[in-house]
Amino acid sequence: MAEPIDLHEVAQRQLELHSRFPWRLKVCTSTACLSAGSGAVKAALDAEVSERGLGHKIDVTCTGCMGPCSKGPLVRVEPRGNVPTLYAGVASHHAGTIVADHIGGGKVIEHLRLNEDIPFFARQTRVVLANAGKIDPDSLEDYVAHGGYEALSKALSRMTPIEVIAELKDSGLRGRGGAGYPVGNKWALLAGSQAPDKYVIANGDEGDPGAFMDRTVMEDDPHRVIEGLAIAAYATGAHRGFIYVRAEYPKAVERLDRAIRVARRARLLGRKILDSEFDLELEVRIGAGAFVCGEETALMASIEGRRGQPRLRPPYPTESGLFGRPSMINNVESLANIPAIVSRGAEWFRRVGTDASPGTKVFALAGDLVNTGLIEVPMGISLREIVEDIGGGVADGKAFKAAQTGGPSGGCIPGDRLDTPVDYESLRALGSIMGSGGLIVMDEDVSMPEVARFFMEFCMDESCGKCVPCRAGTVQLHHLLDRICQGRARPRDLALLEDLCQVVRDTSMCGLGQTAPNPVTSTLQYFRSEYEAKIAEAARA
Amino acid sequence: MAQRDGAAPGAHPSGDDRFAVIDKHLKRVRYAQDQLIETLHISQDVFGYLSDDVLMYLARAFRLPPSRVFGVATFYNLFVFDPPGDHGCTVCTGTACFVKGADAIVSAVSERFDVAVGETSNDGRLTLKTARCLGSCGLAPVVVLDGEVLGHLDVDASLARVTRMLEEAEVVHG
Repeated sequence: MAEPIDLHEVAQRQLELHSRFPWRLKVCTSTACLSAGSGAVKAALDAEVSERGLGHKIDVTCTGCMGPCSKGPLVRVEPRGNVPTLYAGVASHHAGTIVADHIGGGKVIEHLRLNEDIPFFARQTRVVLANAGKIDPDSLEDYVAHGGYEALSKALSRMTPIEVIAELKDSGLRGRGGAGYPVGNKWALLAGSQAPDKYVIANGDEGDPGAFMDRTVMEDDPHRVIEGLAIAAYATGAHRGFIYVRAEYPKAVERLDRAIRVARRARLLGRKILDSEFDLELEVRIGAGAFVCGEETALMASIEGRRGQPRLRPPYPTESGLFGRPSMINNVESLANIPAIVSRGAEWFRRVGTDASPGTKVFALAGDLVNTGLIEVPMGISLREIVEDIGGGVADGKAFKAAQTGGPSGGCIPGDRLDTPVDYESLRALGSIMGSGGLIVMDEDVSMPEVARFFMEFCMDESCGKCVPCRAGTVQLHHLLDRICQGRARPRDLALLEDLCQVVRDTSMCGLGQTAPNPVTSTLQYFRSEYEAKIAEAARA
Repeated sequence: MAQRDGAAPGAHPSGDDRFAVIDKHLKRVRYAQDQLIETLHISQDVFGYLSDDVLMYLARAFRLPPSRVFGVATFYNLFVFDPPGDHGCTVCTGTACFVKGADAIVSAVSERFDVAVGETSNDGRLTLKTARCLGSCGLAPVVVLDGEVLGHLDVDASLARVTRMLEEAEVVHG
């Protein structure tokens, strides 16, 4: 058996390697920046550096998401021991200027510069995304140099599983997949099972349209997910784990696969991890495009190679889950919080966020905003700060109409509720949910009944067909909404719509159906006049 | 092993070497039935779509009833059962793209190139699809042409890019 990795030594070596270069250029190669052409930018910078024979002075590397996706491609210039400069909207033809003027002549290129003091950056607190945009996602050494696998090493060498779970309970971390169930309690349930075979599963089936938080974590910091899942397995007594990733994220699959192989070679996975008595095998499983697979029992059916249809609970997965064995599913973002909690402690974690919702939340900001992209904010921040300060307000001088959170299970929040703090309970009180973290801002031009129809069409298509209220109810709801949007609805259709929402919510089997009416009920609550106007229009015609 | 006439030595007994790729994967996962979805992905990568023959082949290989294999394959949105066109246009219809007018792009492409959503044009040149969310919401609306992700496109720009994709291909292959 190979020697396990010496974390301290690898970290030292990597930092020493970095410090040899007076300049480091980091190019964001996350999906959004790649689409904007960052691959060519990286190639141009490489060529420029080698042509000028500066390879010993300038290190050009790929990193993950830096945040402001709408401003890509992004390049960060980091002088050793000095303040870095972030450039936005970089094209290949800027490579020469960056290398010659900035690095060679010490002249910052003002028209490309993105000030990192602006609220978009200043208002964020990065725990989950601490490494995104800083490390090379494919480099284990880079992760280790940034404190990676310290938490796993600490747990294995100095903590009992019971102590790990106690720390997690103290931290108050709640499930980041949307429902907000305390993670420590879930772990304790699985740990309590005496069965010899148990499974831990990372849920990377990020199906909400408008959400790309988990993809970013998996693509940009894959080892963090692996470390979180390994700690979960150690604490709960599982020796086999799965990371379920949606097939729409091929790069996440590729990077996780590679990270698992590398971690295994370094004895961070496999048998006798870091010379402890703990064994764990992990593998990546790929979805195939089914929104319902985000539901835990459906996800497990999918890993078993079956149709991803949910089943009734109880029994809960912690009693009988994957392959009939006790299992536990944690969302990717929840797991990404674990290494920080274990290495720095529950008290440190609780310093950010609110009492009932400690820590941070990653949001994917999209829609009609000046700044869109990926942000991580302390829980309890107001929606207004997110929309106006971080997001820079509504684009094109238009007026704000609604913020949509929680995807097809969530709701639309109107302008007069923007001062609501972002936490699980407050958002639920508004008729929306925290959800996995998609936050889409809509301006005055967007019609709310059409938004409701959009989400209902989604739920109708994605209903797995197992229970009648969801299968038939979503079709009828979509039909009614379609009539309203087309100005063909009768006044009594509105009452029918509300009735049917209630029935689908109360009688559906799983979360998909139970929450499918949320976009309708929340828009009815805050924007009823738009529905009424459509119906009045029909009466006049 | 007996070989069909004309098949090269070492070729798959079916005469189609693409099955060899599937066989290799099947051996690696030891025909474990929970690997069905992974194997469907690999089969679709190799063949471009899942034909009845391929599905029957997998049913036999996994010792599963064909109904189970067909049932699983048809449950998931990403599996297709018809050969795709020469070129693909996928319009993201996630929430951010919806807000930015993706619907208009879908109907414009559908109308201009006479191809229904989820189908291939009669001449077999273009397949039009919609996607749930590609997670590139910062670039909304997003269109993917032959695997290349393009952001911030309006209707006219989308039509122009699709036209260019089809024309360029003609120059190369024509």
